[in-house]
Amino acid sequence: MIYEVFRQERKGQAFQHAGSVEAADEHFAESYAREQFGRRGESVALWVVERGSIMRIEEFVDELNRNYHRVDGYPLKEKLKEARERAVARDR
Amino acid sequence: MTEQEQGFLEYVQSGGQVETDDWMPDEYRARLRKFIEMHGNSELMGVLPEREWILRAPTLQRKLALTAKVQDEVGHSQLIYRVVEDMGKPRAQCLADLVSGKSKFHNVFHYPTKTWGDVGVIAWLVDAAAIISQKALLKCSYAPYARIMKKICWEESFHILHGRDVILTLMNGTDDQRGLVQEALDRWWGPLMQFHGNPIPADEDPMLLWRIKSQGNDEARQQFLDGYVPQIRELGLTVPDPELRKDEETGRWHYTEPDWDELMSVVTGHGPKTEDRLDLRRQARENSAWVRSVLLAA
Repeated sequence: MIYEVFRQERKGQAFQHAGSVEAADEHFAESYAREQFGRRGESVALWVVERGSIMRIEEFVDELNRNYHRVDGYPLKEKLKEARERAVARDR
Repeated sequence: MTEQEQGFLEYVQSGGQVETDDWMPDEYRARLRKFIEMHGNSELMGVLPEREWILRAPTLQRKLALTAKVQDEVGHSQLIYRVVEDMGKPRAQCLADLVSGKSKFHNVFHYPTKTWGDVGVIAWLVDAAAIISQKALLKCSYAPYARIMKKICWEESFHILHGRDVILTLMNGTDDQRGLVQEALDRWWGPLMQFHGNPIPADEDPMLLWRIKSQGNDEARQQFLDGYVPQIRELGLTVPDPELRKDEETGRWHYTEPDWDELMSVVTGHGPKTEDRLDLRRQARENSAWVRSVLLAA
């Protein structure tokens, strides 16, 4: 079985994917993960997860085009340009 | 080249990275897998010359450091074979192809280690040459490989420390000890100069084209000479190449043409220690078969 290993370098930091180990069961996966990713003090914590238990999401369909959730829903640059030109024209 | 392949090529050439499940051209996949597999083989075979010295290490501290280095290198081969496995080739098959001589491993691991001086030169200079190639793989277009190279490069830098420490201790010792280092350097210089491979023009090197590597062979060798010839010379050692000099105008090193026939012969399985080391690997594999079967049955 393949186990994915995530490591935390220092307390408070986010866990990052470190690599994977192949092991017969959780017991061996723990010991391989410790050896591969922890023996030099490079990690303060590890997450070891069987690959099949990871839910993977890769498609982000936005059927309703809800652009108000995103930066591109707020085209400030053009609007600001227009507003500035308007202000200059008014002052003139 | 199809339009899709052309698009892929442009993507990787502009710095794009690929994940395991992404579409990739067959040629890219084949070259990549062969290259990564050879790297995995080399990490595994690379421990054998050093393993010969664990029982003969001069002090307990050295024995422990050498054992740790061997553990690191085997760990690297495990990580790298995992990348190969995710590309579809099981580790057992990689190992079977290795011991049958079907797949290759790096030239420097086909040679004998005659004295403790060789151990120092290997850990210092062979690892230095290797780390130059490996650092250039941090930008590999295949992301799972590039990611794992980060850990590998980090550990390799410990090995260079260990190697330098062994060399400096010998150089500060007796004339006999200094002699061991010079003799080892004389033995290893040829294989070291062959290590990065024969020069291939950048636009003809498919490994560069696909951005599997980010550095040409001769570029890597120049970087090695730049970094290490001054360090070798400052210790009072002599590089065994009368032609070796740096052209101050171009900034490039001139050297005696490495023996490319020797390189070809060695990597195709005709090195002085090829058979012995593959035999040892075969025996180890047979002797540990029962352990694997018990573990997998668990």
